[in-house]
Amino acid sequence: MDTTTAPRPPARPTAAAAISVRGLTRSYGDLAVLPGVDLDVATGSIVALLGTNGTGKTTLVKILATLLPPDGGTATVAGADVTTQGHRVRTALSLTGQFAAVDGVLTGRENLVLVARLRHLPRPGEVADALLRRFSLADAGDRRAATYSNGMRRRLDLAMSLVGDPAVVVLDEPTTGLDPEGRREVWQAVRELAAGGTTVLLTTQYLEEAEQLADRVAILHGGRVLVEGTLAELTALLPPARVEHVEKRPSLEEVFLALTSAGSTAGTTTSTSTRQEDLR
Amino acid sequence: MTTTTPTPTAPLATVVADTAALTGRSRTHVLRSPDTVITTALMPVAILLLFTYVLGGAIDTGSRTGSYVDYLLPGILVITLATGVSYTAYRLFLDLQGGLLERFRSMPIARSAVLWAHVLTSVVANLVPVALVVGVAFVVGFRPRAGVLGWLAVVGVLVLLALALTWLAVVAGLTASSVEGASAFSYPLILLPFVSSAFAPTGSMPGPVRWFAEHQPVTACVDALRALLAGQDAAGSTAAALAWCAGLLVVAATLAALTFRRRFP
Repeated sequence: MDTTTAPRPPARPTAAAAISVRGLTRSYGDLAVLPGVDLDVATGSIVALLGTNGTGKTTLVKILATLLPPDGGTATVAGADVTTQGHRVRTALSLTGQFAAVDGVLTGRENLVLVARLRHLPRPGEVADALLRRFSLADAGDRRAATYSNGMRRRLDLAMSLVGDPAVVVLDEPTTGLDPEGRREVWQAVRELAAGGTTVLLTTQYLEEAEQLADRVAILHGGRVLVEGTLAELTALLPPARVEHVEKRPSLEEVFLALTSAGSTAGTTTSTSTRQEDLR
Repeated sequence: MTTTTPTPTAPLATVVADTAALTGRSRTHVLRSPDTVITTALMPVAILLLFTYVLGGAIDTGSRTGSYVDYLLPGILVITLATGVSYTAYRLFLDLQGGLLERFRSMPIARSAVLWAHVLTSVVANLVPVALVVGVAFVVGFRPRAGVLGWLAVVGVLVLLALALTWLAVVAGLTASSVEGASAFSYPLILLPFVSSAFAPTGSMPGPVRWFAEHQPVTACVDALRALLAGQDAAGSTAAALAWCAGLLVVAATLAALTFRRRFP
């Protein structure tokens, strides 16, 4: 973890869960997207909310970020209720949405300074520079974000969410649409975040991502949490695996990364062929 | 303007600081696309030249003093504002579509700051093409006789009108479903001056059209601006214009606040 970042605030009370959801419901018309969700995220842990598309992951995340009011049930973030204490929730929680919400007209640095000013931090410029270094964006800091590759936009997006050291960070499908390199960069950033004591709730549809990152995994299906536990607890739910001898072949991802990582430096090498035109 | 503030509980200092930060961002957007200022001025200048040199000679304004440019300019300025505010709808729509509005709403900031930043930027940015158009008017023979107070009143009417039209643009930006839709709302606004006293006296129009022309805000604004620029007694017409603009402003801002709250409860 980069030591140039601002010192973390003293440890928050660990007694309360960072996120606590009880019987949360939300419908769109007749469609009950969330028929009743219960979920706890302990302070300082990484919890992965695993589910296929359309299982209500984003709806749950938006309710936690106070972007969407729930129909029923309760949800608290750092002890604050999402429906009645929205401002406190927004202070404690930072959301990185499914699509990188960066301002393409502004430079990477200007994006970070803007967020730092909006969080009323005393030295926005220093905060921005520290985050640019931490996310390997220092060289690109004075370029417009519209010129960034997908992976860089994602990292800038994540950096913007970390301005002011929020206690809880929610990542909605942080690696969807990224190439393997970009995915690994985001994973590394999430690990560093958790190492610093931040609580992380991330949604994903990739089993591997949940395995790689999470202390605990909650499987969301049909708007309900089916099971929740550590990876070991979840794998113990099924009968023990038979021992088989299978020739280990490298995965395509391993081949790809072995070939492409040679001689390249992380951060600035995302192939231009994967770069999408910025529409803004 | 408390009616337009979705979070009346936010301390004023926070509202001001957040609005300042976001206005700085919008200003950067405008400064990095100077073409938007030029294109805003382009069509009004074209209409100005067209009417001055092609159609104007055939229009009897009933005025013995001053050239047709003097008569024409106020309407052109209204058209300039109506064109310019469509960029605000466009930028707001892009914020909405690109997820930036969502990011701002998920942060501990004054909610009203998000809209105010766009509105304040719009008002200031639209005075630039207005100044450009006035500059062109001078070149083609515009000779105002207004004093300092008259010019101040002209600026006041234009700023209030820009503010009212911008809040309409905010409604359009928040409710649009496409980029084209976001700016299309300004087309009727641009046409409104043609059914007013902007280009020809309303007296020459047939009954119902004349009634409409005499009871719509553009005529009130244009008459006031014309009298002010000509250095004539403009107290009555200025009061009428300000009343129209203030009424329009209250309605548009309320509508924008309601739209924002309905869309983002």
